[in-house]
Amino acid sequence: MLVTSDRPPVIAADSVDVVLHGVPIIRGASLTVQPGELVAIMGNNGSGKTTLLRALLGLVPHRGSIELFGTPLNTFQDWRSIGYVPQRSSINVQQATVREVVASGRLGRRRPFVPETHADRTAINAGLEEVGLIDRAKNPFVRLSGGQQQRVLIARAIATGADLMLWDEPLAGVDQATQQLLAKVAGNLKAAGRTTVMVLHELGAFRALIDRSIVLVDGRVMPPGYRHHEHDHDHSDHDHDDHDHRAAHGGHEVDELPRPHLHRTGLEA
Amino acid sequence: MDWLALAFMQRALLAALITGVTAPAIGTYLVQRRLSLLGDGLGHLAVAGVGLAILTGTAPLPLAIVICVLGSIGIELMRESGRASGDVGLAILFYGGLSGGLLLAGLAGQGAGTLSAYLFGSLLTVATGDLWAIAGLGLVVLVVAVGLMPQLFTVSADEAFARSIGLPVRLLNILVVSLAAVTVTVSMRTVGLLLVSALMVVPVATANQVMIGFRRGLFASMGLGAIAAVTGTVGSFYLNTAPGSLIVVIAIVLFVLSWPLARAVQRRNRPIIEVTDDLPPVSHDLTEPHPHVHNEQCGHQPVQHAGHVDYIHDGHRHAAHGDHYDEH
Repeated sequence: MLVTSDRPPVIAADSVDVVLHGVPIIRGASLTVQPGELVAIMGNNGSGKTTLLRALLGLVPHRGSIELFGTPLNTFQDWRSIGYVPQRSSINVQQATVREVVASGRLGRRRPFVPETHADRTAINAGLEEVGLIDRAKNPFVRLSGGQQQRVLIARAIATGADLMLWDEPLAGVDQATQQLLAKVAGNLKAAGRTTVMVLHELGAFRALIDRSIVLVDGRVMPPGYRHHEHDHDHSDHDHDDHDHRAAHGGHEVDELPRPHLHRTGLEA
Repeated sequence: MDWLALAFMQRALLAALITGVTAPAIGTYLVQRRLSLLGDGLGHLAVAGVGLAILTGTAPLPLAIVICVLGSIGIELMRESGRASGDVGLAILFYGGLSGGLLLAGLAGQGAGTLSAYLFGSLLTVATGDLWAIAGLGLVVLVVAVGLMPQLFTVSADEAFARSIGLPVRLLNILVVSLAAVTVTVSMRTVGLLLVSALMVVPVATANQVMIGFRRGLFASMGLGAIAAVTGTVGSFYLNTAPGSLIVVIAIVLFVLSWPLARAVQRRNRPIIEVTDDLPPVSHDLTEPHPHVHNEQCGHQPVQHAGHVDYIHDGHRHAAHGDHYDEH
């Protein structure tokens, strides 16, 4: 996929610092994500990958420059372009149904006090269909398995109709079958031209789909090619369809990162 | 039914009905946000407003509303900034409100006896002017709690996601707590400031037990609150008790009565375990002759297995196959 230069990058972050409770979590992180890319943010526990994702959404205070779709974050208004999937544990629904959770994905496009439109209902059903949970729509969310709950949150992000997907640890605690299903969903989004950035602990079922990985160590973005021995990392001339080739070369083998610093474990949540 | 002809009872019943519907409506969002006891604290705070009104000789309702709403906004801003995490600050605020109210009433030459009509409700204190204020404020609470249900649900369930789709999270959070403050204050004539929190929480808990879905839970809790408030008010006329106590006791009785119903609902909605080995069963082991037909009601755990449903029976899975069950 050739990157066209007439569209601004979906994400452009320059020298971003995040300090939480006096502890520096992200240090001088710079990254650019082009339209249509599927990028993984990887790193060990405590490396700051979740915090970086939250900073891109303006959920944590930061210094430095972040632009979404060419607009500085502090003046960014087009939130309907964002499909965020937070970590599953951050959700607090007691008796809500699966459909009610997914329906909240439409609120960026709905006016207050106005009922769901036909377009809303279509998008909600499409999201549920995509993750294979349309027959669970009336079930209580809390009674689903962990993998099913993850699929619901992804259906909610899809229902937003967003161009930029930001998924935080979608593979955490989900079984192999769910991983395969989520990989298929991510592949469909990519084929539809959407941009996806996902925080991953390991590439798992997404290995063949990922265009490139951004590796964080101790809150710093590692240079392109970090631990990528056999790979030229200039994505502009990547042949992204050549999955077999990359898999044969071990792909992006950051799963095997050493774990030297665990002293910040827990600050990410 | 001669009580229906009494003007003060008509006013008390209308006020109770409004309270019974609005308290659980706004309470649903507090319970969702795990702020079940906030209503209790706000009730304590409103006592200071009542005390101040007694001392200054003004109407209690407006002063109590102002103090309670300001306090609730302060609490929400403290919570948002993470400064109220130890909740000691909240405790000081609440007990300050209660003791301050008692002190102010005492200074005015009125004891706890005067205040008790506000603390536990009183059938005789709903004036006609109060009723209009209660009805107007109750309508505002209902319009917001029902009309903004999707937005308020999303903010209470997943604040980070709500921000990510551009919802005005802070405004909505302040809206919920300040409407909770209004509800608490409006309820002081009926259930009273010390017991109103029960009416914001107990019907919600009952509805959550027997209803699936946030929307259905919201409406069910409003119905349950109305039943408790109206029957409690009528009952207190005959028993000559403070209406607040009977209203809350009835709400709790409804909660206890809902247990058997809740168990049935939960059985119907057992978690569906997905077996993900993806391999079709290779063997064709027949079960021994089977005593009953497996279905939704048989009591055995259903599991999804490679496109069909198995039932877990004594530690192994039974799959229907024609007129018998296979071991999977």
